[in-house]
Amino acid sequence: MSDVRVAGVGVTPFGNVPERTGRDLFGEASIEAFEDSGVSRTDVEAVLYGNFMGELAEHQGHQGPLMAEAAGVDAPATRYEAACASSGAAIRDAVMRIRNGENDVILVGGAERMTNLGTAGATEALAIAADDLWEVRAGMTFPGAYALMAQAYFREYGGGREELAHVAVKNHDNALNNDKAQYQRAIEVADVLEAPLVSTPLGLYDSCPISDGAAAVVLTSDEYAEEHGLEAPVSITGSGQGGDRMALHDREHLARSPAAREAGEEAYADAGISAGDVDVAEVHDCFTIAEVLAIEALDLEPVGEGISAARDGRTIAGGDTPVNLSGGLKAKGHPVGATGASQVAELATLLRGDHPNSEHVDGATTGVAHNAGGTVASALVHVLEVRE
Amino acid sequence: MSDEIGHAGFDDWLDATEEGEAYYLECDRGHGSLPPRRVCPECGSTALSEEPLPETGEIETFTVTHVPTPSFEDDAPYATAIAAFGPVRVTGQVVGVDLESIEAGMTVTPAVDVSATTGDRLLYLRVA
Ligand SMILES: [Zn+2]
Repeated sequence: MSDVRVAGVGVTPFGNVPERTGRDLFGEASIEAFEDSGVSRTDVEAVLYGNFMGELAEHQGHQGPLMAEAAGVDAPATRYEAACASSGAAIRDAVMRIRNGENDVILVGGAERMTNLGTAGATEALAIAADDLWEVRAGMTFPGAYALMAQAYFREYGGGREELAHVAVKNHDNALNNDKAQYQRAIEVADVLEAPLVSTPLGLYDSCPISDGAAAVVLTSDEYAEEHGLEAPVSITGSGQGGDRMALHDREHLARSPAAREAGEEAYADAGISAGDVDVAEVHDCFTIAEVLAIEALDLEPVGEGISAARDGRTIAGGDTPVNLSGGLKAKGHPVGATGASQVAELATLLRGDHPNSEHVDGATTGVAHNAGGTVASALVHVLEVRE
Repeated sequence: MSDEIGHAGFDDWLDATEEGEAYYLECDRGHGSLPPRRVCPECGSTALSEEPLPETGEIETFTVTHVPTPSFEDDAPYATAIAAFGPVRVTGQVVGVDLESIEAGMTVTPAVDVSATTGDRLLYLRVA
């Protein structure tokens, strides 16, 4: 079985650029990824591309071939859709294909154009990641769903809005150095607590922004990297996927993410590591409570204690296990189809040592990326390790 | 979005609930689930029967939404809750009480009414 090398990564600045098309965004990310990798476009054997709301935002289905074209690649292409975990799902498939010898070079990534829909339109588009009949029709929004989980968490394990506010403050602090982040602006706990409420107990600053952006990653087999003398010290050594019932009310737990636990356990076992080996993590913090549920599901914190991790400094830059040094979805931005691939890109550069926040993980060898779809009915977890 | 063509199974459920005859599906091994469904999601059994939903349920978690989708613009702010009715849970909008006084543990009954924004029917949870 071949090691899967991260040969190159490219991410557009995430933000509010409503006039830019998906193809323009993915084209830009792919140029950066190819330049970073030193891999020739003509060697690419497949394009795996994640996107969620293309039909609503751009009246565009069948985006696989379109995006291969935008990247200047002549290879079969497929779009992956798993809500906000779309490009995480694409990465998993790319890993499997390279491991089993099917392909040696794959361009994998994703993009999302959202801000052209406006806040109301994007809120509606995001809501369709939930069960249309039983949740959307009852008025449940995407923030509303996470609010239901937050409220359930407080009730079961304690904690409150103040602890969650520390998650937002931490991720904004981490984004200060990240030129590609949507918000490079520090905030304080009071700002979070005083922000307008979106869905109680979550306010505006507990929520990730609506973003446009793209991410691309060039993955190769070990053999290809050796043959072509690639500088590719980081490998994806573990992959896991978990699933759960679609509607939140059908889940066994309202204050936990079993799908993420399943994905994490599978990815750790696949890589032959345990949670204790993880030096740094990028997790899906679409809302502050989501980061808490994620770090518990990944066993980086015991169940019921994730709520205090940011407040007590365990997950801050310089803490035991820094979480979301990129700024996370919260401050870096969340163009949903691009998110999973952008997490892998951030982790690879953090581990390579050329990320603006690499100093906080000096000597780190192992990172984990956690990408969630909907209210975590889909979860994708990947382990990245420095192999040289 | 008032549909001329309905949603098989779901509209029937709303009709029944409107008439005070809400039900859930039970498989031959006793797992509960909500319609429309042909297969028990728990065990794969295809032997499903309609069983009466308990008359009252209990709110497990709730939220008050201030920023709605366009389909609920005139309804906001409104409360959405997940309530347990015996073997199943449902999501619905809470009515019959001030938004500020909603609490987990409150007893609710299911009711069907229309959205203030679209006129579409939806499930409400009425606090007794
Ligand atoms: Zn069953």
